[in-house]
Amino acid sequence: MAEVRPVADVGRAPVPRLLTGWGRTAPTRAAVIAPDGPAGPARAGSGDLSGLADAVLASSAVVASGAVAGSRPGPARGLIARGLGRSYGDAAQNAGGTVVDMTALTRVTAIDLAAGTVTAGAGLSLDALMRIVLPLGFFVPVTPGTRYVTLGGALASDIHGKNHHVDGSFSDHVLAFDLMTGTGEIITVTPGGAPDAFAATAGGMGLSGIVTAVTLRLLPVATSRMRVDTERVGGLDELMGRMAARDDDYRYSVAWIDTLARGASMGRAVLTRGDHAAPDELPAKAARDPLRFAPHPRLVAPDVFPSRALNRLSVRAFNELWYRRAPVRHTGLESIATFFHPLDGVGDWNRVYGPRGFVQYQFVVPFGAEETVRTAVTRLSDARCPSFLAVLKRFGPGNGHPLSFPAPGWTLALDIPAGLPGLVGLLDGLDELVAGAGGRVYLSKDSRLRPDLLAAMYPGLDRWRELRAKLDPTGVFVSDLARRLALTTGPAVGPPLAGR
Amino acid sequence: MNDALGGAQSVLVLGGASELGLATLRALDLRPGARVLLAGRSPEAMAAAAAEAGLAPSVTVSTTNWDARDTAGHEAFVEKAFAELGEVDLVLAPAGILGDQQRAETDPAHAVDIWETNFVGLAATLLSAAARLRTQGHGVLVVYSSVAGLRGRKANFVYGASKAGLDAFAEGLGASLAGTGVRLVLVRPGFVRGRMTAGMPAAPMATTPEAVGAAVAAAVAGRAEIVPVPRAVGPVFLVLRALPAKIFRRLPG
Ligand SMILES: Cc1cc2nc3c(=O)[nH]c(=O)nc-3n(C[C@H](O)[C@H](O)[C@H](O)COP(=O)(O)OP(=O)(O)OC[C@H]3O[C@@H](n4cnc5c(N)ncnc54)[C@H](O)[C@@H]3O)c2cc1C
Ligand SMILES: NC(=O)c1ccc[n+]([C@@H]2O[C@H](COP(=O)([O-])OP(=O)(O)OC[C@H]3O[C@@H](n4cnc5c(N)ncnc54)[C@H](OP(=O)(O)O)[C@@H]3O)[C@@H](O)[C@H]2O)c1
Repeated sequence: MAEVRPVADVGRAPVPRLLTGWGRTAPTRAAVIAPDGPAGPARAGSGDLSGLADAVLASSAVVASGAVAGSRPGPARGLIARGLGRSYGDAAQNAGGTVVDMTALTRVTAIDLAAGTVTAGAGLSLDALMRIVLPLGFFVPVTPGTRYVTLGGALASDIHGKNHHVDGSFSDHVLAFDLMTGTGEIITVTPGGAPDAFAATAGGMGLSGIVTAVTLRLLPVATSRMRVDTERVGGLDELMGRMAARDDDYRYSVAWIDTLARGASMGRAVLTRGDHAAPDELPAKAARDPLRFAPHPRLVAPDVFPSRALNRLSVRAFNELWYRRAPVRHTGLESIATFFHPLDGVGDWNRVYGPRGFVQYQFVVPFGAEETVRTAVTRLSDARCPSFLAVLKRFGPGNGHPLSFPAPGWTLALDIPAGLPGLVGLLDGLDELVAGAGGRVYLSKDSRLRPDLLAAMYPGLDRWRELRAKLDPTGVFVSDLARRLALTTGPAVGPPLAGR
Repeated sequence: MNDALGGAQSVLVLGGASELGLATLRALDLRPGARVLLAGRSPEAMAAAAAEAGLAPSVTVSTTNWDARDTAGHEAFVEKAFAELGEVDLVLAPAGILGDQQRAETDPAHAVDIWETNFVGLAATLLSAAARLRTQGHGVLVVYSSVAGLRGRKANFVYGASKAGLDAFAEGLGASLAGTGVRLVLVRPGFVRGRMTAGMPAAPMATTPEAVGAAVAAAVAGRAEIVPVPRAVGPVFLVLRALPAKIFRRLPG
């Protein structure tokens, strides 16, 4: 076992930093350490991580001793891994404790062209991975609406893409990963070899350990262009009907709903579905370089937006324009960036919501609960949330990992400014509706769920707690999300009632 | 943990039977499962006040003994309170006494009582609490100042001095917490028509405990750090502060 050295030995000294998720709400302070995995061959893609192991051990020892934390953030309040901070809420922050910035672990240690697999450090972004593998004729098996997520974050959230109904979620394509557990050891986890550790980690929000490297199965593609069918749809019922009828003809499908449209046009939407284009579909010029992938450099939104910059009028105007601009029906070619990652064209776009930030609300309800989707869209549109578009998609079967979000049914996601009056009650009401319909909210997006609804939404919660505890016996892995939802511990037993 | 919308899951109230404190608790609209620890001298008064506050049935309320003047006991008290609540998301500090100006002028012990309660004891407790919140890396502290602390006035300078001290202390403490994840909200109510001022003639721009509670709840959910109530007294405070002493003295009251 490694000797216990001070946490400062990892990469460089810990830096106290205020952290938030992508929604920029609820900032908390943590000591950030950044292992940079030097050249050592200790583990595929993970470099020599003995410094990180020491940090885990040091924290574990202090946590186990029950010592009171000092005045600076440090080991007594545990550790959590952080990727690119694209989860919206508090999943990758740890108030008063240590946060392990994984983004320097980007080494690609193996690409097997015959098998179509890649092994890389967990801090590698999907953006970087695409730039490496697209010219070789491969695409990532699952991409979220941004390329700026890490392999570790993608696994910990078990992210889904527009192809969930066909291809499942991210962990379904993970062949193996290295996990540093609560004892500081690194174990190699495969679905068959260590199914419990796999299940605890896929969707486990970083609480089963620190993923240091990932082996991923890639999707072979012949071009970097997408053939996309776009349809304008006048209302929600028609939209859901069209999606249910023909989604399975496409690998990728998603609809964008205008939540500010009311009355007859309530739920009006633009439905986009597509697949990777074949070489013979490309125009001559593009066909000369069919795998070209060169997303434009990013504009950066300035950090000067007051909270009220986005109001109902400006958002309504945007949504109107967006709807009118969409063709009634059209088939065309789009780049990967345009089709999958439209928001990545503007860096730090989350700043437009102003200093109070925003929440993203995403839920899934089973097929058959269409009425719940309708009620949710109606309530959101009645509340006149100044939201840009809401995203509606159909999920295919889930994978049974206890905290993995996707389950067969309808998923709806939208951004809402945090300062919207009445928002607490509106979202609590939706949570109850969703839980009542057998659905759940997505923890990677969550920043405000009531802990008492968690067990109903994730029936595998107790099982996950058992699997997790085996990997982290002292409870060294902890995040603000975990504290807020009593995720690993279960609800605290309240003090005795007084005077009532 | 504090959530994205300012929701607190655990609240410590220093001055657990305070009218403004309870108005704040009510306005916070705590969600099911929240835990409240009321700290003060009289468990009965606190229990009665909690019942009156009409909190949701699944909000757990308990009480604990705390006397602002017992400075020697504060560190132990704060340690115990934090241990009981686990994480502390929000500390409300509305403890205070108005005292009797006339009596204080002839009986300095009474003045000491006012100062020890409103400033010395409360500020000392806030220091201990702030240190623990810093360690936690998150949380909100709410300090209740008063217009009376703005300038020394003939009618209430003993109480006013205690609030002036508290106000300066809180403003500085808030500044020292920048970047720590902890935020201090300094509330400056004008004249509040309530228990403390019962029987006194209302000053201009008087407000209510409900309005103070709502303003605090909004500040906790948002980003504000200095909160005059009603909002319109903010500019009035500035003017009062800037008035030459000769003119200030001639103001009624
Ligand atoms: C514009 C936008 C669009 C999005 N679209 C989608 C979408 O379509 N589908 C979808 O599923 N998600 C989507 N997301 C959410 C995003 O994919 C997930 O939150 C993802 O986990 C973010 O990865 P990250 O590297 O930024 O991780 P972070 O946000 O830094 O961390 C997320 C979680 O992963 C854990 N984690 C990170 N790295 C590691 C590691 N090495 N080992 C162990 N745990 C780790 C953290 O502890 C935390 O719990 C979107 C986000 C944005 C901003
Ligand atoms: N009301 C106003 O007009 C007004 C205006 C501006 C500012 N303020 C300030 O706002 C705060 C709250 O006012 P309020 O109207 O809510 O007053 P309140 O109802 O009288 O409450 C004050 C609380 O402080 C407690 N307290 C007094 N001495 C204490 C001590 N030594 N140790 C512990 N607790 C003690 C009291 O408890 P006990 O039961 O033990 O006495 C009481 O619960 C005060 O700081 C006040 O100065 C009030």
